[in-house]
Amino acid sequence: MPITFQLDIVSAEKSIFSGSVDSLVATGELGELGISPGHAPLLTSLKPGTVTVKDHEGKEESFYVSGGMLEVQPHITTILADTATRADDVDEAAAIAAKEAAEAAMADQNSEIEYSKAASELAEAVAQLRTLQAIRKKAGK
Amino acid sequence: MAVGKEIRTKIGSIKNTQKITSAMEMVAASKMRKAQDRMEATKPYADKIRSVIGHLAMGHTEYKHPYIIEREVKRVGFILVSSDRGLCGGLNTNLFKKALTEMKQLQEQEIELDLCLIGSKAGAFFNRFGGNIVAKTHGLGDAPTVTDLIGTVKVMLEAYDQGKIDKLYLVHNEFVNTMVQEPQILQLLPVEKQQEDELKHHWDYIYEPDAKELLDVLLVRYIESQVYQGVVDNIACEQASRMVAMKAATDNAGDIIDELQLNL
Repeated sequence: MPITFQLDIVSAEKSIFSGSVDSLVATGELGELGISPGHAPLLTSLKPGTVTVKDHEGKEESFYVSGGMLEVQPHITTILADTATRADDVDEAAAIAAKEAAEAAMADQNSEIEYSKAASELAEAVAQLRTLQAIRKKAGK
Repeated sequence: MAVGKEIRTKIGSIKNTQKITSAMEMVAASKMRKAQDRMEATKPYADKIRSVIGHLAMGHTEYKHPYIIEREVKRVGFILVSSDRGLCGGLNTNLFKKALTEMKQLQEQEIELDLCLIGSKAGAFFNRFGGNIVAKTHGLGDAPTVTDLIGTVKVMLEAYDQGKIDKLYLVHNEFVNTMVQEPQILQLLPVEKQQEDELKHHWDYIYEPDAKELLDVLLVRYIESQVYQGVVDNIACEQASRMVAMKAATDNAGDIIDELQLNL
């Protein structure tokens, strides 16, 4: 009976790998690390790099992860992979963009109100035109 | 009584409308199927990360993260997920109604609100309605990526870190089935402890490099994945709701045509 453990590699958008493996090698924040069955509970972050898994037949399979987390528990190991390359400054830029969109929207509020005002005026004008047309039709008949 | 020719033109124009609505129905149906697949695909990550967080909360950890600790609530953040486009029945309206009831209750307790809006419908609604909008994003399309959401989520998380908000909610539609979509309000922060009794014994992880840094990253990822799931869920709801609305419109057009044909 081969000794294996369950490994799941998942990203926020999809599941990448799931199965029982013999061992795995990943690039941790502090260096390469290998996990074999019976490893102590461990939680570590991963650097962008490859994750190589070996199943009990000795077949190897490699995945690229752009960072993430590795969690080892008795009998089950999970890799929570990031989908995108993460860097603090990139995140920061995205946050600023979102804030600016909100501010622009607040500044735009006046124009929005004017727009709804104009829309209601237009609706009124259209209604008046319709009644006029109806009256004309009647008069024509 | 309208003349024959007028009725015929009317029938023609309604037939055109019917063609459009039935086309929209079919498009929505196929998009819904894709959105449902995407929804399924996000589940494993969310489940896994939830169980890791659950273990962390249960395990005897040496470090308590601010995201886990409850604090007195003075100001609350809302992340509202809406659709970008209309013509999807009462989907957005129901969601806003539910959010507003909740917000009113909070305001009665003199708790202030910060809003983070995803989707242009929410943007348009709260522009008219008012509210302190701190972050906003729209135009995510049918297949959003986590990258699209990082910015908005980070704004709210920073606000939480700085103590500007003491609680964070996610409001989105939950896909029950094609006919039923339910607006949901979910508490994101502080992270609620799960009732799991499996792990009674106290144990702790080996942390590499150290617990604080890892938990920081993990909890941020957790919140992001929750919001992402909310968004994907909402897209499936949008398509389902549009499909139903367009089906109703097509049927109604058919009824009107029948009636007009009788008049003819």
